[in-house]
Amino acid sequence: MGTTTANQNQEPKRSFRERFLSPLVIPLLAIFSSLVIVAIVIIITSDGLGDGLNKVAIGYWGIIDGALLRPSGLVNTLVATAPLILTGLAVAIPFHAGLFNIGGEGQFMMGALFGAVVGIYVDLPPVIHIIAVILAGVLGGMLWGAIPGVLKAWLGSHEVINTIMLNFIAIALVNMLVRNVMKDPNPSTVQTLPLLETAQLARIPFPGVASSRLHLGFFIAVLVAVLAWYFLFKTTWGFSLRTTGLNPDAAEYAGIRPKREYILSFLIAGGLAGMAGIMEVQGLSRVLPVGFDAGYGFTAIAVSLLALNNPLAIIPGAMIFGLLTVGGDFLQIRAGLSVHIVSIFRALILLFVAAPEIVRYIYRMRGEPEKAEAMPAPQTRWGS
Amino acid sequence: MELLQLLFAAGTLQLAVATATPIALGSFAGLFSERSGVVNIAIEGMMLTAAMSASFASAYTGSLYWGILAALLSGALMAALHAVLSIRFSMNQIISGTVINFLAAGLTGHLYQTYLVPPHWPGSVGTFQEISIPVLSRIPWIGQILFQQGPIVLIMLVLAFVIHYVIFYTPWGLRTRAVGEHPEAADTVGINVYMMRYANVIIGGTFAGLAGAWLTLEWIDNFTIGMTTGRGFIALAALIFGRWTPFGALGAALLFGLANALQIRLQIGFPQVPAELFQMLPYVMTIIIAALARPIPPAAIGQPYEKE
Repeated sequence: MGTTTANQNQEPKRSFRERFLSPLVIPLLAIFSSLVIVAIVIIITSDGLGDGLNKVAIGYWGIIDGALLRPSGLVNTLVATAPLILTGLAVAIPFHAGLFNIGGEGQFMMGALFGAVVGIYVDLPPVIHIIAVILAGVLGGMLWGAIPGVLKAWLGSHEVINTIMLNFIAIALVNMLVRNVMKDPNPSTVQTLPLLETAQLARIPFPGVASSRLHLGFFIAVLVAVLAWYFLFKTTWGFSLRTTGLNPDAAEYAGIRPKREYILSFLIAGGLAGMAGIMEVQGLSRVLPVGFDAGYGFTAIAVSLLALNNPLAIIPGAMIFGLLTVGGDFLQIRAGLSVHIVSIFRALILLFVAAPEIVRYIYRMRGEPEKAEAMPAPQTRWGS
Repeated sequence: MELLQLLFAAGTLQLAVATATPIALGSFAGLFSERSGVVNIAIEGMMLTAAMSASFASAYTGSLYWGILAALLSGALMAALHAVLSIRFSMNQIISGTVINFLAAGLTGHLYQTYLVPPHWPGSVGTFQEISIPVLSRIPWIGQILFQQGPIVLIMLVLAFVIHYVIFYTPWGLRTRAVGEHPEAADTVGINVYMMRYANVIIGGTFAGLAGAWLTLEWIDNFTIGMTTGRGFIALAALIFGRWTPFGALGAALLFGLANALQIRLQIGFPQVPAELFQMLPYVMTIIIAALARPIPPAAIGQPYEKE
């Protein structure tokens, strides 16, 4: 009896191709298809075919050259990757619990706010100060994440509406406080005083770049992604969370309390997005300016789904979107295109990864979709 | 006391009905879609696309009416995409809605920067003027609030009655509700579930389109990036709070309109208080209203229908 259960719990052996190559097909085709469609959009909105093709060539090369091949570009891409890893995880973890967190942006802002307060106004010894500021940022994000989690668990109100409203509230709240309470009296720009030196994350030199903007945040984010993977797939807590996402009723029958999982997943998500926010301040801006929201919380949704919500795959997923974020500037500088092209990319990649059927349809891929692992999906029902 | 006076002043309530309009129209969009069983968090994106299209078309043709047409069509087009993704490709409808919202943000941003800023911008043709309905607008208090409004506001008020009739008293409405409650049963009696869902999502798209038109043809005369500022999601909360009925949704939308009007009045009345504090009001209210709602959604909402 005991051996049977053990065997059932064992993961079936899968080949290298099955485990690592097959899952890559859809994301890669999704990226390729998006590139083609965006090229068409660029051509349609240009002055004729020649001009359009020219812009596509210059623009796409600009992304590769400007954001990847040049050392300074690569550094900027890695810098943009860090918050995308963390906010991507903030989407992935609730996703595994069957919830959809569109609130990364607000949680990011609250993390930046809470951390900035400790970083600016509290005097602590080095190292301890850095940790205290990060923890304060995590706390701020958790607080903001707790609201939709608790509302979902206790009152059944849908997290999609609540998280979006909380984004607007957080942005207004942070802007209000920066403008009216925390404003640096001196400069003409509207921002807080800089974080104390002891609270700032160290910059890391990079070969070939004079003043590297790369900071510890990137490495912390990668480490957190690995921990998140371990949590989700190797611990009992992670198992309960995923079981809830696949079937809340079955989970409840098995003794898991879905309501607890909803709150837990949103607390973790908020904490991670908050961490992304405060590390942007600690490592990059060093001040909290007005209009600090940069859309990472939204791009995170595409990051997480491109990575099939796997925390480890979120690292390269975030790099791709980091590349696009930085590359957007080069689309503008070199090809005269608007940065909004990047948002179109984001939408299309999300479209294709979320509906693999479309990719299979376009490329006439035969065979049944692999059902190797059941994928979670956000609940599409209003109310509890 | 002063606050109460401000709250019930005809001017404030007139403004409330006007700013309730995109929210009510947005919830009508959601109503058609969700009554037929398709969750719609894409109202925001449809509205935004329509607002841009309306601004674009009216500026380049010189006519506000072409603006309206463009808004209706573009709203319907975005809705059609949502329908194809969620009906034909059985995509998770929450994600499909997110795709639409992202796409709308990207496309409108790109088109705005390509065509709607100098040197290409031909210039705005202004907005629809307020209409005073004869006789009715002379009723004290009520007259100014309900019958002295822009044309889209007036259309919205009439639409609430029309939609109530269509959804609850016509064969179309009955079929729509049937495919949203029990698609298998509807299929058995010969209703084309897919066709009904496509049609209703797209009809809904035109209402979201009209909401977008209100923004750039009636409220202000030019498009700005991200100008819907969550109205599509507030509309969704109004729909849920109003239990998927047009009058319920209109009532909730009017509450939001009131919060919005008050917010605008308070900003003017108390310039020393940070404007952001008042701007948060509608968003906080949305969360409270969504929490208070005891929704009974259509039974088959969010589930793709797979014909046996």
